[in-house]
Amino acid sequence: MNTYLAIIVGSLLVNNFVMNKFLGICPFLGVSKKFDTALGMGMAVTFVMTLASLIAWVVEHFVLVPLDLMYMRTIAFILVIAVLVQMVEMAIKKLSQSLYQALGVYLPLITTNCAVLGVAILNSDTVYNLAESTLNGCFAALGFTLALVLFACIRERLALAPMPKWMDGFPGALITAGLMAVAFAGFGGLI
Amino acid sequence: MADKKGFLPILFNGLITENPTFTLMLGMCPTLAITTAGMNGVGMGLATTVVLVCSNLFVSLLRNVIPEKVRIPSFIVVIASFVTIVEMLMKAYLPDLYSALGMYISLIVVNCIIFARAEAFAFKNPPVAALADGIGMGLGFTAAITILSCIRELFGSGTIFGAQVMPASFQPMGIMLNVPGGFVTLGLLLALVNGIKAAAARRSAARKEELA
Repeated sequence: MNTYLAIIVGSLLVNNFVMNKFLGICPFLGVSKKFDTALGMGMAVTFVMTLASLIAWVVEHFVLVPLDLMYMRTIAFILVIAVLVQMVEMAIKKLSQSLYQALGVYLPLITTNCAVLGVAILNSDTVYNLAESTLNGCFAALGFTLALVLFACIRERLALAPMPKWMDGFPGALITAGLMAVAFAGFGGLI
Repeated sequence: MADKKGFLPILFNGLITENPTFTLMLGMCPTLAITTAGMNGVGMGLATTVVLVCSNLFVSLLRNVIPEKVRIPSFIVVIASFVTIVEMLMKAYLPDLYSALGMYISLIVVNCIIFARAEAFAFKNPPVAALADGIGMGLGFTAAITILSCIRELFGSGTIFGAQVMPASFQPMGIMLNVPGGFVTLGLLLALVNGIKAAAARRSAARKEELA
């Protein structure tokens, strides 16, 4: 039980993907201008990352290892993710039109989100079992969502602040992210 | 039209005008994650350049064969194959660099620069132009992350490429090698680039007024 708790706290806060591992920075900077879109993107990523961890584990242990194809890991994982994103997109389109419209634009972007491939490779490198992999995927994604949503809230306020022209936009956002990372570093001694 | 331009202008475009890091803001994850020492920056930059050049060339050669609808999965397979090759070569010949860069080598697959250039340039242009674009963009990325790594290494460990630069009394600033240092350094560097660009634009506008 303790391992599971350690994974939950670890991937949600201590080893937060954005604030500690530099994974998923592109969407973190790209879709963090508004709270609503940030939340939508976070939800979509959480869904895909949880499923991707699960399926990547199955592919690794039932296809790659028995056939001695571990050197094909990167290609296999990225294909799994691309197919998964495509299927999720089609499923959401059929099941809920409103959710599809809310997430529509962000879904294809998830394929190139390094957090998704990152979690699959990380799970495989740390030799987690199926339950641990899935849990790690889910909570790492929730950690990503947490960082993204917090950052979006700050940026909404920042848009109204009088900033020097040369700091406006990305430079200001990056320095804000740096300060946020200092705050997240405070979780360091938790586990 | 981009395909009417020569080899050098396209190369220059990638290196300076549309520098992938400072202008397009692409490939941020490796830019921030591995830039803690100068050598890492050079290694990561060159590994990415090799993948980018090869994938640009192949996507461009295959552009009339790949159907529009499955182009994204096709790009992924092309890119992932080259990344695997680079990964294996690096593991065999540069084991130190391989362990320093860790999982970020595999993550070159999802580097947005490579994807964006395949989609925006290589898929629409002949092989020679795509090759020039790959080299230019790749070297532009390498230059940007090497500068960033050197700044972080200088303040974080007092060295550049492993050679002691700062005086012995210098207290290394550990935060520069950590996550916050990465974000803040890149932010300040971008602000500097923006400032230089704005100044250059003002000067050329003033010159035009003088002529008129």
